[in-house]
Amino acid sequence: MSQTALTAIFVLATFALYIAIAVWSRVKTTSGFYVAGRGVPAIFNGMATAADWMSAASFLSMAGLIAMARNGFDGAIYLLGWTGGYVLLALLLAPYLRKFGKFTVPEFIGDRYQSDFARLVAAVAAIFVSFTYVAGQMRGVGIAFTRFLEVDITVGVLVGMGIVAFYATLGGMKGITYTQVAQYVVLIAAYLFPAIAIAHFLTGNPIPQMSFPEIAGRLDLIQQDLGFGLYTEPFNNLSRMNVVLITMALMCGTAGLPHVIIRFYTAKDVKGARWTGFWALFFIAILYTTAPAIAVFSKYNLINTVSQKPYVQVVEEAPWFKTWQDTQLLVWDDKDGDGIIDYRSGDENELQIDNDILVLANPEIAGLPGWLIAFVVAGGLAAALSTASGLLLVIASSVSHDIYKGHFNPQAGDQQELKVARVAILGAVLVAGYLGINPPGFVGEVVAFAFGLAAASFFPAIVLGIFDKRTNTQGAVAGMVIGLLFTTVYIVTTAPKLLGWDPWLFGIDPQGIGTIGMLLNATVTIIVSRLGPPPSEEMVRMVEAIRDPKNAAAPEAE
Amino acid sequence: MSRWRKTLVLTFSLLAVWFLVGFGLAIFLAPWLNQYTFLGGPLGFWIAQNGAIYVFVVLILIYCVVMNRLDETS
Repeated sequence: MSQTALTAIFVLATFALYIAIAVWSRVKTTSGFYVAGRGVPAIFNGMATAADWMSAASFLSMAGLIAMARNGFDGAIYLLGWTGGYVLLALLLAPYLRKFGKFTVPEFIGDRYQSDFARLVAAVAAIFVSFTYVAGQMRGVGIAFTRFLEVDITVGVLVGMGIVAFYATLGGMKGITYTQVAQYVVLIAAYLFPAIAIAHFLTGNPIPQMSFPEIAGRLDLIQQDLGFGLYTEPFNNLSRMNVVLITMALMCGTAGLPHVIIRFYTAKDVKGARWTGFWALFFIAILYTTAPAIAVFSKYNLINTVSQKPYVQVVEEAPWFKTWQDTQLLVWDDKDGDGIIDYRSGDENELQIDNDILVLANPEIAGLPGWLIAFVVAGGLAAALSTASGLLLVIASSVSHDIYKGHFNPQAGDQQELKVARVAILGAVLVAGYLGINPPGFVGEVVAFAFGLAAASFFPAIVLGIFDKRTNTQGAVAGMVIGLLFTTVYIVTTAPKLLGWDPWLFGIDPQGIGTIGMLLNATVTIIVSRLGPPPSEEMVRMVEAIRDPKNAAAPEAE
Repeated sequence: MSRWRKTLVLTFSLLAVWFLVGFGLAIFLAPWLNQYTFLGGPLGFWIAQNGAIYVFVVLILIYCVVMNRLDETS
């Protein structure tokens, strides 16, 4: 059977599974739609959170970013940042937001600070952050479809969006959650199988986490010869200050992303919210501790397969080289005309490798069987679809709950609001689909934007709202506005594909500026709060209530 | 000690460990730790790309167990 047919069978089988789950878990109430009726057991909720969190970027791009863009050690910014954020989330936010017991993140901001304006700002920020993220997912879907199913990128994106639209509008959060559980199983198996096979093949030890440091040591020697610097050496790609600031921005951004926070509302009670945090990071860590192994294995195998070899020999022994060349994601330019592939540091380098192909090409580079390659494609699609559906729900709930019901029509009934939510999801799917087919050239910058803005806006407003009773409306609003403005201005002026100025603040990388924005927000919030009037009695009572884990709202009847 | 005080002490002790491991060992001390070998590769590299993540998982586990016990006794 051809690789395309095999891949099509795997992809269609997983899609059929997702649709079956959606039909089984369809919902009729807003509580079911927004928070799955608060009846999801912690271990499933953790799995769903993990699938929601691990996007096409984590699954397809991260190993390539670590190995190629960050040249090894400095790739730890993604590994530390995107897992360490869960510690903040689980300890500082999850139990308290579950106790608060409503539906959305802007709703918490609006209630804690008794301000419609703050809620509206938060809702707009949530929608913006989520859209930037969805665009990235669609690019992942597009790459998987064009390379392995040989269909046009437009068709690929339309099919992907159609599937998500179907199960998200039908099942809301409940349908999304149970589909995500299935998607987690598919994506983690697809990520682990090739890593285990390659680890066993290279070192005799099948556990990737145990065997990759040794290969990293060998890669150091090869990289030194090619002039790339040691793979395991810190700070040869980013300065130490930027490693610290980017890691912190990704951590606080993770803890401030609405589609992640909203998951904790679906837990049964405060205890369940705590366990959800644990299970989520547990399931995420399985992939995140394997990613550096895939990064090392694939770069090691790739260099060994192509470096200093004649092109004609390489394409004969490794046909994948030609197929990836056709997609323009792998570019070989024979500058010295000797027909030999020179991969090295500096001007004589002839090989450009896109970060996004490493995970998809990894099984082929290692010569693994076709069904495993098909499985990896299905896994990449699972990662993209599960994250896209979680984001679409945030967009829909911000529009229907915070903007429509919260602002324009507070008298709207349950069924009316549900109708708006479903229309909002469909509208969001169309916009996301358009962005997937015509991606803005600066998608990468935009994702950094999402983390920076989440860190500089939501994170301090929520944490101070819980832990500092003295924080009042004026302080929180001033902090959020200044944090958002500062971070936006810095990213717009310094991101390479936007204005592209030199980083004008101590050479800080735009990806790390969220950390400074967050500190600025917190400082302004604390000072302005103490200069202004104390918060109202009602606000203080609310803070005391969310600190007390007892009597979280009972699951609402379906 | 009030329940809220106990919560604060636990939360910020665990966050101190989070900071020491995630930034101290994994970033600031990594160049120095790289002189030692672990699993056949440099130790600092392993902590930054694998070891710290295990510590993060354990920190949340400790938080869940202790907080849930605190809820039952108070």
